Amino acid sequence: MNPSASLKLPDGRRRLRLATTSLAGCFGCHMSFLDIDERLLMLIERVDFDRSPFTDFKKIGHCDIGLVEGGLCSVENVQVLREFRAHCRTLVAVGACAINGGLPAQRNHLDLGQILAEVYRERPGLAPGSAVPDDPELPLLLNRVHPIHEVVQVDYFLPGCPPSADAIWSFLNDLMDGRTPHLGHGLIRYD
Amino acid sequence: MTDLAGAPASDALPAGLRRVAIDPLSRVEGHGKVTLLVDEHNRVRQARLHIVEFRGFEKFIEGRPYWEVPVMVQRLCGICPVSHHLAASKALDHVVGAVPVTRSATLLRRLMHYGQVLQSHATHFFHLASPDLLFGFDSEVSRRNLMAVAETCPDVARQGVLLRKFGQEVIRATAGKRVHGTGSVPGGMNRHLSREDRALLHEGLPVMIDWAEEAVDLIARLHAEQPGLYTRFASVRSNLLSLVGMDGSLELYDGVIRARDATGRILLDGLSDQACLELLEEEVKPWTYLKFPYLKSLGPEQGWYRVGPLARIQNCDFIASARAEARRQAFLALGQGEPVHASLAYHWARMIELLHCLEMIAVLLADPALLAGDLMTAGERQRAGTGVIEAPRGTLIHHYEVGDDDLVTRCNLIVSTTHNNRAMNEAVCAVAREYLDGQTLTDGLLNHIEVAIRAYDPCLSCATHALGRMPLELTLVGPGGAVLDRLRRSAEGRIERPHAAPEAETAR
Ligand code: SF4
Repeated sequence: MNPSASLKLPDGRRRLRLATTSLAGCFGCHMSFLDIDERLLMLIERVDFDRSPFTDFKKIGHCDIGLVEGGLCSVENVQVLREFRAHCRTLVAVGACAINGGLPAQRNHLDLGQILAEVYRERPGLAPGSAVPDDPELPLLLNRVHPIHEVVQVDYFLPGCPPSADAIWSFLNDLMDGRTPHLGHGLIRYD
Repeated sequence: MTDLAGAPASDALPAGLRRVAIDPLSRVEGHGKVTLLVDEHNRVRQARLHIVEFRGFEKFIEGRPYWEVPVMVQRLCGICPVSHHLAASKALDHVVGAVPVTRSATLLRRLMHYGQVLQSHATHFFHLASPDLLFGFDSEVSRRNLMAVAETCPDVARQGVLLRKFGQEVIRATAGKRVHGTGSVPGGMNRHLSREDRALLHEGLPVMIDWAEEAVDLIARLHAEQPGLYTRFASVRSNLLSLVGMDGSLELYDGVIRARDATGRILLDGLSDQACLELLEEEVKPWTYLKFPYLKSLGPEQGWYRVGPLARIQNCDFIASARAEARRQAFLALGQGEPVHASLAYHWARMIELLHCLEMIAVLLADPALLAGDLMTAGERQRAGTGVIEAPRGTLIHHYEVGDDDLVTRCNLIVSTTHNNRAMNEAVCAVAREYLDGQTLTDGLLNHIEVAIRAYDPCLSCATHALGRMPLELTLVGPGGAVLDRLRRSAEGRIERPHAAPEAETAR
C-alpha cells in the first residue's frame, strides 16, 4: 500500500484511499473533478490519493475508490483497468468515454489500419518516407474502442461529458459517509 | 540547434546503442514513457519520449457537418477545450465567410480564451509542477503532489485552486459550461455575458491580480535562490515560434506568425495564419505517435522550434498590459541580450502570462459590447479555412476543408505539444547526460527527467489526438538493442525493476 499520513480521521473513522486514472479520455473528467474547487482542500482532509495523474505513485496500492475516465483503445488501457479493478473496492466509470466509449469510439466504424495509414503516410505536409509508427514500445491498439464494463465489473456509472463537479462531489460524499450513492435531481446529465 | 553528440537522428535503433526506459510519467496531463539510448561508454546518444495512444480524431471528424466541429474537437482535450473550440471556430469562420466576426463576438471569444489560458496555467503550475519547485526534485514521493503543498504551504495551494477556479468561471460565463461548453460557433458566438456574471467576475478580480503577482514573485524567487540549477537544468537552445499581434505585442487569440532563431534574430515575421501550414512539414518516427514539425525552409535539423509561454514572451516586442510587461522586462534581463532557453524558465514565463490574462480580463469586462451587440455574421462561402490560436502550451493549428453538402472532407490538426516534441526529447537528453551514472537507472534520474518534461507542460491528451498516450517508465538500451535496465517507481516510492532479465528483450 502506498504510504499515507494517517489512517484515522479525528472522529475515529478510517481515511479512504482514492485512485484515479485517465484511459482513452480527454482529461475533462479529471478537470471536472478539480472543479470542486475549494472543496478539494476539504476532500484531502478525509481522503488519501493513491495512483492518480495528480501524484507520483507509479503503481496502484489497495484503494477504497477507483475513478476511471476514458474507454479502452489500447492493450495498455486494458492492463491499467484490470489493475484498478484488482486494487479498488469500489470502481466507478466516470464520464461518457468510460461508460460507452465516448467520442473516441467514433473510430469504431472505420478500419484502424486505414486511419493510421492516412494520418502517418498520406497527409499533405509529411516529410518524405513517413511511415506508420510501429516500435515495440508502442502498445498495440485495439481494433475498436470499448467501454470499460465490457472488461471488468463496474460498481457505479457517473454519466456526463464530463459529469459536473457537483455530481462528483455529491457522489464522493455519499461514499465517504458510507451511504449508497444517489445523485439527486439535476446532477445526472448526458451531454 | 543542440546536437546529439554527433549521433545521427536515426529512427531505427542506431547500431551500437543500448536503451533505458521510464514508465509511467506522472503529473503531466496524460501518461508518458521515455527510452534512453546509450553507447558502449554509457554516454546518452538519444532520448525518446514515446506517445503511445491513438484516438484518430483527424479521421473521424471527416464526414461530420462543419457546425458540429467546434463542439466535437473540444473532446480532444479537457484541459484546453476552449483553445480547440476557438481554433475550430476561427477556421470555420473562413468557411462561412465571417471574417472578421462582429466586435461583440471577438471580445467574448477573447474573454473566454483568457479564462482558458489562466485556468490551464494555474492547473499546470500549482496542481502539477509546484511540488517539484517547492520541495526539490528528489523529495519524498508521497510529498510530490498538491496535497502536500496544501499541508506545507497552504496559501500557495489555496491561491492556486482559486486562480484556477476564476479561470473556469470566466469560461463558464462565456461558454455556458466549465468543460466542453458551446458558446462559440462558426460565424460568431451564441450568447452574451450576463450582467450577473460580469458583476461576479468583476468583484473577484482585484485579489486574483494580487495573487498572480505573488505567483510571479514566487517563481522569480525560486530562480534567484538556485540560479545555477534553474538556468542550466534541461536547457535547450532552439528557434522560437508564436503568433504576435500586428503591432508586435504578445497575442493569444489572433495574430500573425513570427519566428526567431536561438540568438533572437527574426527568421520570419508578419505571416498570415492562413499560410501557416505551408511553412511547416512534419516528420514521423517509428517510436512515437507524435509527429515532429519543423520549418520547411530550414529542414528537420535546423528548422525545429519551441512554442508556448517561453517562446511567446520572448518572441513578442512587448506585452500590452503594464504589470505583466514590467515582469517580462525583469525576466528578459536573465538572458543578457539573448533569449532565455532554460526549460525551467517556462514556469516563470507561464506565471507572467497568467498575470497578463487577468489584466486583460479586467480590461475586457469594462466593455459594454460583451453584454449587447450583434453576435453573428456571414458572407461568401469558402471551401477551406485555417484557425491558429495560442493555446496555453503554444501555437495550435486547425485546418478544415468543407464540401458543398456542409460535410467536412478534410481535417488537419497540429497541437501545441506536437510543436515542442523535438525540444522535449532534447531536454530529456540533456538531463540524462547530466544525471545518468553508468548503466543503472536511479530514482533521481527518473525524477529529474519528469521535472524536465513537466516544464513543457505537455498536454498528452491533446498530443494523442492522432494516436498516443503513455505512463512513464524508464528503459536503458545498450549496444545491440538489449534492454539493460528498466525502472518504475513502486507503490512505496522504491524503484522497481519490472523486467529483470535484461538480455531477454531486444529493441529494433
Ligand atoms: S467523458 Fe467527456 S470529458 Fe470525460 S474524458 Fe470523455 S470526452 Fe473527456
